[in-house]
Amino acid sequence: MSQKDQSISTVELIDEQTTFTLVELCRSCSVEAEIIEAMVEQGILEPSGRHGRHWCFPSSSLRRTRVTLHLQRDLGVNLAGAALALDLLERIEDLNARVRAMGGKR
Amino acid sequence: MEYKDYYEIMGVKRDATQDEIKRAYRKLARKYHPDVSKESDAEARFKEVGEAYEVLKDPEKRAAYEQLGAQWQAGQDFRPPPDWDTGFEFSGGGYTGGNADHSAFFEELFGRGFAQQGATGGRRSFHMHGEDHHARVLIDLEDSFSGATRSISLRVPEVTEDGHVTTRDRTLNVSIPKGIRPGQQIRLAGQGAPGLGGAESGDLFLEVEFRDHSLYRVDGADIYLDLPVAPWEAALGASIKVPTPSGPVDLKIPADSNQGRKLRLSGRGLSGKTPGDMYVVLQVSLPPADSDVARQLYEQMQDQLGFNPRAAMEVA
Repeated sequence: MSQKDQSISTVELIDEQTTFTLVELCRSCSVEAEIIEAMVEQGILEPSGRHGRHWCFPSSSLRRTRVTLHLQRDLGVNLAGAALALDLLERIEDLNARVRAMGGKR
Repeated sequence: MEYKDYYEIMGVKRDATQDEIKRAYRKLARKYHPDVSKESDAEARFKEVGEAYEVLKDPEKRAAYEQLGAQWQAGQDFRPPPDWDTGFEFSGGGYTGGNADHSAFFEELFGRGFAQQGATGGRRSFHMHGEDHHARVLIDLEDSFSGATRSISLRVPEVTEDGHVTTRDRTLNVSIPKGIRPGQQIRLAGQGAPGLGGAESGDLFLEVEFRDHSLYRVDGADIYLDLPVAPWEAALGASIKVPTPSGPVDLKIPADSNQGRKLRLSGRGLSGKTPGDMYVVLQVSLPPADSDVARQLYEQMQDQLGFNPRAAMEVA
């Protein structure tokens, strides 16, 4: 079944200055607050501000949360393993960026 | 409908043990996981492997699949024989709830119990607010530079009123904000899943990646360009016309430049709140010594310059 709709959407750029509250992050990733708290505990997410309502998550948290959830669901990785994988993935991305900047192929 | 060879997809023999199948799946799942793999078809492969495993890990489904016979080839046009599954008792979860990611082949064999069972999508907790959706989108460097409207096609799984899951193709015209960088996301408010009970719709998040460019490389907000120069341009200095994404500029090469020298064009990177810079990296290109004149010039340099590029290596 296919149906088309065309609409110009108003878009909002999420850059380094964008932050998320706990509620927004939970909603965006369809998870309970306890799961986010566990990720903070594990150092996967590093919000600023006081615990709970006052937490302020950097924009990268959205991607980190989603990748963690995917790794847990798809590969059976636990939180500590996901934290390690995220750190390594980030390092690979940095290295790839450097290789690209030097003109090599990935 | 195409026949799927689940054994071939998993890379196991038809008589593989359940343990072998499990190990093969775990290995492939790690290899093709879309968040981990950089292979372009990772997502498709990951889904394919997941579907194969769903059938082969379950002895009931595997036996039923086996029943189709081994004479089928992958990709062959396939219709299940009538009553192909008689004699098989599927306990509880034998049939699988509709999943937009499954192939038509899988749905035909294992997806039919869904309508009777009603919507089983109870894995996610109930939210009044519509769910947010996430997708990736590829753009060109130029799109970030000048801002652009791009039409983006998305396949959206939808639960119909009678509980079936279908996919709907949706095309959105999205204006790409100027200055967007690879890896950044844009939020389209209200374009996610519709809310329940009149609540607000969720949002759609698009993660932006750049297509490889024939000239430029992007690192964060900075743009890199390799610029071939002649040895005398690097040595004596020159003024050279250089392409930039916002149009050509005249670049002054300082005298005594060497291979790999980086020249910065301040503020000519990606725009945005803090614009990036553009770096021109000099690539000294030697003229071939393929004529008498060229050879003479090289010999002249050899005789008269006393240049030793390995002076630092201290091997006389």
